[in-house]
Amino acid sequence: MKRIILVSSVLLGAAVFAGAQQINTTVVKSGEKPSIAVPDFRGSGDAQPFMAVFNSTLFNELSGSGQLKMIAKTLYPTQVPQQPADFRQGGPSFADWSGPPPNANYLAFGYTAAQNNQIVLYGWLFDVRQANAGSAQLIGKVYLGSLDEAGARKVAQQFAADILKQFGATSLIGTRIYFVSDRSGNKEIWSMNYDGSDQKQFTNYRSITTFPAISADGTKIAFTTYPVLASSRNANAAQFGKQSANLGQPQIFLHSLETGRKLVYYNQQASMNAASDFLPDSRHLLIYSTANGGFSQIYETDLDGGELKRITNSRSLEVEPKVNPRTGMDLVFVSGRGGTPQVYRMNIDGTDVNRLTTGEGDAVNPAWNPDGQHIAFAWTRGFEPGNFNIFVMDVASRNVVQLTSGAGRNENPYWAPDGVHLVFSSKRGRTTQIYTMLADGTGLQQLTTQGNNEKPVWSKATQ
Amino acid sequence: MSDSSRLHASLQPTRSGLSRAGMLLLPVLVLFAVGCAKKVPPPPPPPPPQPTATAPPQAAPPVINSFTAEPSTVEAGQSSTLRWSITGATDMNIDHGVGAVQSTGMRQVFPRASTSYTLTVRGPGGMDSRSVNVNLTSAPPPPPPASTTPRLSSADLLQQQAQDAFFDLDMSEIRTDGRDALTHDAALLKQIFQQDPNFSVVVEGHCDERGSAEYNLALGDRRATAAKDFLVQQGVPADRLKTISYGKERPQCTEASEDCWQKNRRAHLSPGQ
Repeated sequence: MKRIILVSSVLLGAAVFAGAQQINTTVVKSGEKPSIAVPDFRGSGDAQPFMAVFNSTLFNELSGSGQLKMIAKTLYPTQVPQQPADFRQGGPSFADWSGPPPNANYLAFGYTAAQNNQIVLYGWLFDVRQANAGSAQLIGKVYLGSLDEAGARKVAQQFAADILKQFGATSLIGTRIYFVSDRSGNKEIWSMNYDGSDQKQFTNYRSITTFPAISADGTKIAFTTYPVLASSRNANAAQFGKQSANLGQPQIFLHSLETGRKLVYYNQQASMNAASDFLPDSRHLLIYSTANGGFSQIYETDLDGGELKRITNSRSLEVEPKVNPRTGMDLVFVSGRGGTPQVYRMNIDGTDVNRLTTGEGDAVNPAWNPDGQHIAFAWTRGFEPGNFNIFVMDVASRNVVQLTSGAGRNENPYWAPDGVHLVFSSKRGRTTQIYTMLADGTGLQQLTTQGNNEKPVWSKATQ
Repeated sequence: MSDSSRLHASLQPTRSGLSRAGMLLLPVLVLFAVGCAKKVPPPPPPPPPQPTATAPPQAAPPVINSFTAEPSTVEAGQSSTLRWSITGATDMNIDHGVGAVQSTGMRQVFPRASTSYTLTVRGPGGMDSRSVNVNLTSAPPPPPPASTTPRLSSADLLQQQAQDAFFDLDMSEIRTDGRDALTHDAALLKQIFQQDPNFSVVVEGHCDERGSAEYNLALGDRRATAAKDFLVQQGVPADRLKTISYGKERPQCTEASEDCWQKNRRAHLSPGQ
């Protein structure tokens, strides 16, 4: 049970949505999501005022992971254990939880106390289908936090992360989403927590700054900006719309995420250079550029812009290379070689090019799942030009499932580090905003509201 | 079962979703209006304080019976006639150099610009004033002397006379109408560079909003390069031309219509730095 790849069941659900199409069964393992009961924890003394925050955080983290079946609290037995010793003759029994009505596989329980001006969480996870406490216990751990709501939230998140780890899942706590927002008046790079909290401006170039890419180690960000030319540096940003000659040709900029500072990156002499992805070693960059004149082509460079390697050699537009994070050896990219833009794959040396999408509509914005087997992308198939929807493809079989339909213009899907959530942008009204959802299209959450927000990328948790 | 119902719901096209939103909005607005009507009006302001003393008896104030300008619109150098009639005044004046006047009269004026003439009268009972306007229409300017034609700056010339080359969806080939526009532009640029050898021009490539921003960056680059290559073929020096792709980041039209999309699929010339 522990080893179930949960993407699988999620994608299976999505396959139902798509009708007859089935995701390759070698990738998708069938099976129900493990079911878990999470009764409300109580706090002794000074810890009790923070338990509402604690309980809602714990439940939402587990529920929002999309990887567990949460048993409704109304089905719980009246006797709730607070520590393993409570499971004894005459007290709560495993069968109260594993049998009907809750029918839970797992039970998370415990309590908190205030000690030395700290909140102390005693948390356990039991497999209640086992015979005794010794074999049932999967987690029995103590967590410490400050004696306030922030501390209660923190210990709940840490406990939730440990529980999710038991099911082979990655917690999203500490992960950040980088994105483009125009709320300052210009397109700049911003960042926020995975739940939309703590939104911060990262760049201040007062130009057009877009196309963020994050290194696998979470230490660097590359993006594309139109440098403000020296003679117009003091010009009012608002006039750029009319006086566009104030800006230079688009160039790649590289910044440290640890210090926020700009790092040295030498751009090719070209009418355009755009950042697209880091190789898994976090030491090379995939770009698209007109470095050799003609059409935009795909290149690899090292992190200061040197060691230029040309990957495509065509007389058509080649953009958005994204490397398989598992192999580091194959790319998906968008090419106009067949007419309209479509998603293709090739080896990193440019050989063995195959088209992945059918040739219908525009297919753009490919993004690899951390499993290296699925991609998400935006496709107008079945809709008017510009009406993009989010799709997921099993690359080996090329089977696709459609996750959005008839709700706005949906673009730039990007996988969370857990491989189960997607972040994307959608124009569902007058503005474009960033949303997350599970890879079966459920659990939609809107993360942004101010200005227009687009091009999200999800970085792993950093310490 | 719940899955399939969700499927149907989510397959509704956007338009019906919008109209549904509109239908929802309507009762909200009605409620709002009703809410406004029910509002209790604010209490009336307090009455003004009673006067503490009655005003002393006064002499009748002076009255301007009439004050006109005929005609009220003149060309430069032509005259207008002011006429007035006043009763009960001792001191009567018209500004703009006309000066003191009698209680009835007329005066010719030759305004050099549109002028508002004010008649101010004073008497023992108080004062009065009234104004009339005499508007000046500018006479047609003299023809410019042939030898010294005023020259527009190169940037103004470019912005006023250069023509955009428009493109088909997803294409960067120069169309027939684009060839005409760029042929015109090539002649204009050669003229500009002849009179202003240090001037430079940016060829901007733009796209409509429907493609992805990433693909449009590359497509706009192709459009700008295709336009530049055409201009160079027509004899425009390549080293005075730079290209830049704005993709879909700088649309000149933001409506979702083919008319607007066509306006944005273009190569545009702007002054360089």
